[in-house]
Amino acid sequence: MDDETPRFLDCGEAALSVEFGDSVDPAVNARVLALDERLRAAPPAGLRETTPTYRALFMRYEPLEISRAALVAAIEGLIAPLDMDARALQPAARWTIPCCYDPEFAEDIGEAAALLGQTAQSLAQLHAGADYRAYMYGFAPGWCYLGGLPQALAIPRRATPRGPTPQGGTLIGGALSLIAASPMPTGWYVVGRTPERMFALDRDPPFLVAPGDAVRFEPIDAKTFLTLDARALAGETVARRETLF
Amino acid sequence: MSARLLIEAAGPGVTIQDEGRFGLSRYGVTLAGPMDLGAYVAATRAAGADSAIEVSLGGATVRAEGATLCVAVAGGDFDIRLDGRPMPPACLLPLTEGARLVLRAGGSGAWCYVAVGGRLDLAPTLGSRSTHARSGLGPKPLAAGDALMLAEAAAPPLEPLALAAPWLAASGAPIRVLVGPQADYFAPEEIEAFLNARWRIGARSDRMAYRLEGPAIRHRRGHDIVSDGVAMGAIQIPGDGAPLALMADRQPTGGYPKIATVIGADICRLAQLRPGEDLSFRAVDWDEAVAARRAYFEAIEAGATREPLGAEMTTESLLAENLVGGVVNARD
Repeated sequence: MDDETPRFLDCGEAALSVEFGDSVDPAVNARVLALDERLRAAPPAGLRETTPTYRALFMRYEPLEISRAALVAAIEGLIAPLDMDARALQPAARWTIPCCYDPEFAEDIGEAAALLGQTAQSLAQLHAGADYRAYMYGFAPGWCYLGGLPQALAIPRRATPRGPTPQGGTLIGGALSLIAASPMPTGWYVVGRTPERMFALDRDPPFLVAPGDAVRFEPIDAKTFLTLDARALAGETVARRETLF
Repeated sequence: MSARLLIEAAGPGVTIQDEGRFGLSRYGVTLAGPMDLGAYVAATRAAGADSAIEVSLGGATVRAEGATLCVAVAGGDFDIRLDGRPMPPACLLPLTEGARLVLRAGGSGAWCYVAVGGRLDLAPTLGSRSTHARSGLGPKPLAAGDALMLAEAAAPPLEPLALAAPWLAASGAPIRVLVGPQADYFAPEEIEAFLNARWRIGARSDRMAYRLEGPAIRHRRGHDIVSDGVAMGAIQIPGDGAPLALMADRQPTGGYPKIATVIGADICRLAQLRPGEDLSFRAVDWDEAVAARRAYFEAIEAGATREPLGAEMTTESLLAENLVGGVVNARD
């Protein structure tokens, strides 16, 4: 287990980044999330908000209420007993998310497959056969970044962004996969589409997947996509969640 | 008829803002909130409002219906007219039914806040009434013909009053920064170059980011980092070396190294700079940043002082803006 002490990086006088590493790594991310959980369970006075990312916990705080030194001391007190045993590295839940790889919904699957020397079918099989970790959200509400993309699907991002993604677009770019919760231009490739709403304002909770959760994709055909899409539109959660411990 | 504020005209980028959408950055939700918190607080406190209309350089015209509304204005040195009568750039007004309040870009400043006393009848989205246009959260940007209903309306003042809020004064002093968080992505001489350069606010600047034009800043270790959290005022250096100061509508995370972060006491001054205006930076340490923050927030907390309109504030005075600028500077 990595027992290196984290770096405390000032982001102005009212924010601090606690950096556990500089790579996309499940063990590093697990430490970020463990610290986040402890801070949220008993937030020091003056702590305003935490944002877990791949490898660092970003926190906004009010330095007129807590000094940097006091905040760092509080964090160090929480990090010291971070019992990062094998169980703490395991995701708390696994999501099975339906995903349609039919080119009708997977707009860029042919283009991405050609670039990767694959067929659309083999790309879909590889993508749906992998176990992912939801590392973090970013970019826009509900955009969920997934590690665990098979090496054979690692693909440089486009030099020029494509047009807006479809809602629920399942994307690949670099060594990551990503579920795009809303239409935005992106340099990634749309290789599938889920009928699930990763973000729904009227649903409680509005967001489904928690950072650290495991994610799998379950291939569905176009007809099933339309059926599940109608159900998801009516407010039903069509992805399945299993508690792992 | 119930009280409401009619938007008769609105340039681009006129939005509703409250203090922002807190607690959901972990799900990719942008904070939003006012570009100039100091001006926002001055206006909302004076009027007794829970949110404000943020007006950009394109200006806006508003009118009251159903009641005389209590309206406060504060921000950059905008040209404010109440039925044609020049008002100081920060003021508290009774907006009688039918009277027109016109806000236009004035001598300096990029943002101005119009706060209506009481409570707007607007349901919050994820806990906030702030518009975040890019993700479609909160009210749509305001346009001519929109009406803002008031669930409660505060009592207006008897006559227009000037608001003395010295923290709104423009100044050419360097914008203070803390170096980092990714200082180690830049050679010391590149950080020096960043701090010594004269910068210009680029044309492609908006609520998300201000582009800074000047010398290209080179990275020592490449321009990709594993994405991490981003503070208001973070200055990131993308691949082309042209700095971007990340503002209220920034994404909660980003993947470019951040050379420095503007301190809380100076972020509002940066926000009020317009495309084409120049600025420079000065590095400070955490203690100096916090001392400046304390002074800034204490001033804001104390609130704007209400003063009768001066003799110079008459319709025949074509020098209104200059005199007002003089009044503000005298208190600096």
